[in-house]
Amino acid sequence: MTKQQNLKLRRQARKGAGITGSYLVLILVALLCAGPFLWLLSTSFKSNENIYALNFLPQHPSLAAYANVFKLLNIGRMLWNSVIIAGGGVLGNLILATLCAYPLAKMDFYGKKLVNNALLATMIIPAAAGLIVNYVTIQKLQLGGSFWGVILPNSVNVFSIIMLRQAYLAVPKELLDSARIDGAGELKVWWSILLPQIRPSMLTVVIMDFVNKWNMFLWPLLVLDVEQYPVATGMQYISQSFEYKFINVAAGTVLSVLPVLILFVIFQKQYINNTGGAVKG
Amino acid sequence: MNIPTKKPGRSAATALPLGLSRRKLRQTMIAWAFMLPAMVILALFVFYPIIYSVPLAFTDYSVFSETKFIGLRNFQRLIKDHDFWVALQNSLMFVIVVPILQILSIALAVLMNKKLRGTTTFRVLTYLPVVTSMVAVAIIWKFIFDSNGLVNVFLMEKGLISEPIRFLSSAKLALPTMMAITIWQGLGYYMMIYLSALQHFPEELVEAAILDGASGWKIFWRIRIPLLQPQIWFCSMVSAIAALGVFDVVFTMTNGAGGPNKSTYVLGLYSYIQAFSKFDFGYSAAIGLVLAVITAVFSIVLEIYNRKAGDIYD
Repeated sequence: MTKQQNLKLRRQARKGAGITGSYLVLILVALLCAGPFLWLLSTSFKSNENIYALNFLPQHPSLAAYANVFKLLNIGRMLWNSVIIAGGGVLGNLILATLCAYPLAKMDFYGKKLVNNALLATMIIPAAAGLIVNYVTIQKLQLGGSFWGVILPNSVNVFSIIMLRQAYLAVPKELLDSARIDGAGELKVWWSILLPQIRPSMLTVVIMDFVNKWNMFLWPLLVLDVEQYPVATGMQYISQSFEYKFINVAAGTVLSVLPVLILFVIFQKQYINNTGGAVKG
Repeated sequence: MNIPTKKPGRSAATALPLGLSRRKLRQTMIAWAFMLPAMVILALFVFYPIIYSVPLAFTDYSVFSETKFIGLRNFQRLIKDHDFWVALQNSLMFVIVVPILQILSIALAVLMNKKLRGTTTFRVLTYLPVVTSMVAVAIIWKFIFDSNGLVNVFLMEKGLISEPIRFLSSAKLALPTMMAITIWQGLGYYMMIYLSALQHFPEELVEAAILDGASGWKIFWRIRIPLLQPQIWFCSMVSAIAALGVFDVVFTMTNGAGGPNKSTYVLGLYSYIQAFSKFDFGYSAAIGLVLAVITAVFSIVLEIYNRKAGDIYD
């Protein structure tokens, strides 16, 4: 064997070892990330056995816990509440943010810089700030105990505006100018030229916003009554009380995260790509 | 150039003061009409609360009595408040997650960037914790880290420990456990930002370095890391702001109590407790203001460093 062949072989071996090592690390990370979810899933079927035992798969799988969460915890109601709250908020945000981002990207107007800076500034303010003032506002508007009290304050997401603004910016100016020359008004230009162009970004906004709103738990806890709780708030409330067995909480939690996980897996491309893309702006 | 179709002289005759342009004014009307609905909501529920929280910190606003302006008394009270110092210390301590999280995310992104088969699946799996609600995450980890939870059962069965580790019920371990959970939940998010940047790198640079005989480590440190600078700063900033303002994980893991025995109080939670268990809104706003100021100082310092570092690399 010549020296060169030897070197080549060694390099290949090293590369092979590198790939194996990489896979080992990746599998370990994947297990760490997904493992807890899988364990929760398997636990939710362990009504007839010790949930703290170390066997991963249930030995006598049972759906009793799922029957319980519908009967005892009324999880169907909570899921429905989540659908109303997240659905309403997402729809509001989609309309308002799509409208708001248009001039910020495509028009030259007084106050533009101020608005842009104000929007960016809100991103570094701790989320808990303003909780008190908002609480008082909602009470004054007499929206406590109403879904509107949750939907309304969350109906505009600054991040959505920024993302849609980026999407509008990417639409070539010539396209708009030619439409304007043809005599189309701003509303027409926006509706028939711009909107079709930014549709992919609108989809991303809807999905990301839906996930955020489905997962929101604190604000509903403050303004809603117990029977109005969405599923995240409801599970937090239930997991605090000692009345319920963990197995039921486990089944409820599985049901509470399932819609988001399904949506995420279907749309993972839009979701993940935009996380990365958010920085470039 | 287009020939103006308007009557000549008209625009000159109605020229506006202050150099305002008519065209721009018209655009301004249209622009604000588009933005109005969103701006009303933002003004009422985002801008107004942020601004109004500041004067609130100098009052004794509560549900029990009429509101009075009390100057710095809330802050004098803070200085003597032991719980506040615990919360402040814990909030600052939480920033330790930032470097750990960033290093792990970069390392993972580099691995994912190797174009191995199946990376899409790995990406989706590492992203699961990011999209899951904190409530569900807390329920799962409370189960796993419980005194008789899976980790302890496992370690005991293997004979590695003789009595359960009290991850969540000991004052020493509770906060680090929550920090670990935060890292677990954030990993996928930051990894994706780094991965996206790595995938858009000019590969010629790396290839040229390989031809020059540079080792893998050298390429990593001398080429990839400097090119990742903007992302590293952005992520550190976002992560530091989130760490200082940490709330969700502590709230859900301790059922809003900051236990055991107040040992996991953080500024966000302490402010919340003062407002919604003690109804001491003014005092709560003062704590919130301290948090906001610390966050702002942090962001500004990071930004200045960022500019300086940028100068070196430009």
